[in-house]
Amino acid sequence: MPVSQETLSEIALSRAEYEAIVDRLGREPGDLELGLFGALWSEHCGYKHTKPLLRRLPGESSRLLVAPGAENAGVIDIGDGLAIAMKIESHNHPSAVEPLQGAATGVGGIVRDIFAMGARPIALLDSLRFGMPDQDERVRYLIHGVVGGISWYGNCIGIPNVGGETSFDRSYAGNPLVNAMCVGLIENARIMSATAKNPGDLLVLVGADTGRDGIHGASGLASRTFGEQAEMRSAVQVGNPFLEKVLIEACLKAIEIPGVNGMQDCGAAGLTSAAIEMAERSGMALRLDVARVPRREDGMTPYEVMLSESQERMLLAVEERAVAAVTALFEDWDLDATVIGEFHNGSAVAIYDGDELVSETPIEPLTGAPEYSFSAPKPEWLTGLQSTDPGASGLPGVTPAEALSRMLASPNIASKRPVFRQYDHHVQTNTVVEPGGDAAVLRLKGTTRAIAISTDCNGRLCYLDPRIGAQIAVAEACRNLACVGAEPLALTDGLNFGDPETATVQYQLTECVEGIREAATAFGIPVVSGNASLYNESAGKAIFPTPIIGALGLLEDATKHATISFKREGDVILLLGRAQPWDGVETLAGSEFNAVFHDEANGQPVIDLDLELRVQELCRSAVRASLLNSAHDCSDGGLAVSVAESAVTGGFGAQVTAALPQRWDAALFGEGQSRIIVSLSEEKFAELRALAGKLDVPIVRLGTVGGDAIEFGDASLPLAIAADAWEHGFERATAG
Amino acid sequence: MKFGIVVFPGTWSEHDTYYAVHDVLGQPARLVWHKETDISDCDAIVLPGGFSYGDYLRCGAIARFSPVMESVREFAERGGPVIGICNGFQVLCEAGLLPGALIRNEHLEFRCEWVNLRVERAGTVFTNSAVQGQLLRVPISHGEGNWQADDDTVRRVEDGGQVLLRYADADGNVSGGSNPNGSINSIAGLMSEQGNVLGLMPHPEKACEDLIGGADGNVLFDSMIRSAATATL
Repeated sequence: MPVSQETLSEIALSRAEYEAIVDRLGREPGDLELGLFGALWSEHCGYKHTKPLLRRLPGESSRLLVAPGAENAGVIDIGDGLAIAMKIESHNHPSAVEPLQGAATGVGGIVRDIFAMGARPIALLDSLRFGMPDQDERVRYLIHGVVGGISWYGNCIGIPNVGGETSFDRSYAGNPLVNAMCVGLIENARIMSATAKNPGDLLVLVGADTGRDGIHGASGLASRTFGEQAEMRSAVQVGNPFLEKVLIEACLKAIEIPGVNGMQDCGAAGLTSAAIEMAERSGMALRLDVARVPRREDGMTPYEVMLSESQERMLLAVEERAVAAVTALFEDWDLDATVIGEFHNGSAVAIYDGDELVSETPIEPLTGAPEYSFSAPKPEWLTGLQSTDPGASGLPGVTPAEALSRMLASPNIASKRPVFRQYDHHVQTNTVVEPGGDAAVLRLKGTTRAIAISTDCNGRLCYLDPRIGAQIAVAEACRNLACVGAEPLALTDGLNFGDPETATVQYQLTECVEGIREAATAFGIPVVSGNASLYNESAGKAIFPTPIIGALGLLEDATKHATISFKREGDVILLLGRAQPWDGVETLAGSEFNAVFHDEANGQPVIDLDLELRVQELCRSAVRASLLNSAHDCSDGGLAVSVAESAVTGGFGAQVTAALPQRWDAALFGEGQSRIIVSLSEEKFAELRALAGKLDVPIVRLGTVGGDAIEFGDASLPLAIAADAWEHGFERATAG
Repeated sequence: MKFGIVVFPGTWSEHDTYYAVHDVLGQPARLVWHKETDISDCDAIVLPGGFSYGDYLRCGAIARFSPVMESVREFAERGGPVIGICNGFQVLCEAGLLPGALIRNEHLEFRCEWVNLRVERAGTVFTNSAVQGQLLRVPISHGEGNWQADDDTVRRVEDGGQVLLRYADADGNVSGGSNPNGSINSIAGLMSEQGNVLGLMPHPEKACEDLIGGADGNVLFDSMIRSAATATL
């Protein structure tokens, strides 16, 4: 009997995809099989629209221990027998529907991806996007829920939350972005694989019981736009961070037992995706009995058991001789460990309900989701937007000092302390540079070294030019690392886009991936892992294209790092990357200034990657040579905001002496790339100038640290007013 | 001095505490699983921070029934030094080893930040490396650190010199503005009447080295080590 349209839309498969399934199986799929295909061929699991694009990203490095896509996360060698596993993942749609649980389980999911690699999770970062908080009560509800969910889950599991970004634009009002990044440390180069080693290995399910929560999370929520949000609430999973915490500890102990051969997390599409992908990776067949799966509810069908996205579950591949030891270990942690299946030679997955064979399906078509390539032309409206003069609106009717005060209070610029003070960022006692700076720095105990981590993406710039915007996201994430003194080693990307079946989104997606490729290649670093979240739309409007970049860097000497705050009265303030202090009006393209004062986003963003690399090298070298007392990236809000942030966080004023040009808006708030504000003592200036000359980087002296005001030429804003605007801007904007 | 660091399911500060007393301060230490009952090899017991059993009921309310807690109680009754940090403080209150209770922060949010602790009394087992009025800069990380008790209890602990640490500003002044959670009288750390059990919400083990923001937390562990050395002389 032909399948109904209703059934197909419930599992988000197209008629053509259904026909492809019939063709590849040589028969109609059964009910359960159709569910398996729906999950595995979903955008979320199957990456139908992004796989061909993602293959273009650079995936090679002499430091690479686990290649991108091969396992749950990429792994990078950092020497001394240590390695880092890292990945970013989105939980946008669940968070839009139920912000607290959506964000919480987003954290839980990415953490499982990391410890599945045998890594101890050592850091979390969150990249969040919301609508404008002062305009919309639901947006404030979402912010409150998402931050509360991350705080609740993350604090409970004892992993420091060390950074990320939170920013706002109307395009995210109905569809917030919640991307969580986790970084894990692997000692003794002991990497776990999500595979069975030998036929006869048993499939052991550990952790939580399985319930009806989250069914169709992958195929429903993540793989299409949603109209009636309330109706989708049952597709959101519910988290139990306590269980996650004990699961982490027990699993990291379990992998030390000889005969524990593989580990895999149960994430999107639950057992279906976890078990079948494990079999596929192992090149083996799998026999799985759903009757053995411990249940939270009575009367669950095999379909429900296979598709449940109940949280805090892991799968292990265990040799028979090790099962008793594994069971005893989990029992000591008061956790279930149940043998639910067995790997063997062959190429099909057989699902039993007790003695009854429910389905037997070849694995190859299940995990071989179709791939859709596309190339869409540049939309005409975009050409128009890019050729618009971003300075055309002229100067606003305020003084430069008033403009600075207002910029510092903008929720996009203002301090996010009200957010990150709700997250534990000290646990594990490695945090050298805390949240609120350009990048977090974590020392590596037992060595002299440290890693640095940051996330970045300016969606507005990606909207104006997806390729350049994505290059800028990579450049900024790496610039953040340079500002603390770290050398970039690897990237992870969280691609957040609208409906990939529209030409505009296809163009944005293609161009952004190309931009990431170009920039990563210029930096000579691989993209080791990533995630794609498509269909981010509400009321028929797509979000800004938002390819969030997570970057990992290394410091050889943890004590030689920099922070953003001015440290000493009388220090010289320098701008790295320019020979003149002020940029022109073209740098107002996509600026926060134009959004705040003119409610517009237009113009052509630009970046010179060659200059960018040299500027970063200069900053990193200067930090390593202990020349600098502070370093701060010049990005959102431009030069004036960057100087003001260094001033306010250090508790010193700043005097920038050059006279302001007529277009002070662009001079102070233009967002030209490849600029870093540093401060240093006068005696070290000559050495820095020599280093800049050697590396062929223009620099210009801006002024000095000190006084109780932030001054640019004749414009002066009292430090106390600047501090009040910056420190309380976020709370005021989100107070409602 | 051998530190025994108790691990309940959901504890997350055990490794940080181990690192502080073992790697930084050079003391022998071991982790004590909550199902153990023999802690006779330990000279001091730490109940570290975390979310024991997820703190889904009242914080610490389930952990106090763990098998190890009977041994901890006996250890404390014999005069052995016991320090409960954050969740450990909550467990000690639930177990009746310290007075009062810790409820949700007044502002209802979790709070992670550096605070200044004013040493109210020097010369105790936990503060004999400090001087009275000294400020210790140590991080907090809790959602339920608001210490509350009835008036009689408050009077008793204040009059009895049981309050060892109070939240203060950078100049050592105690006021509502320097109180991060609403605790009565800005109480951050409280000692038992006998003087051998301390509970505190801030995390001294997270302030163990300058590289991670400061080493003031070592003062408390140092004091315990020094007390033990004096006692054996």
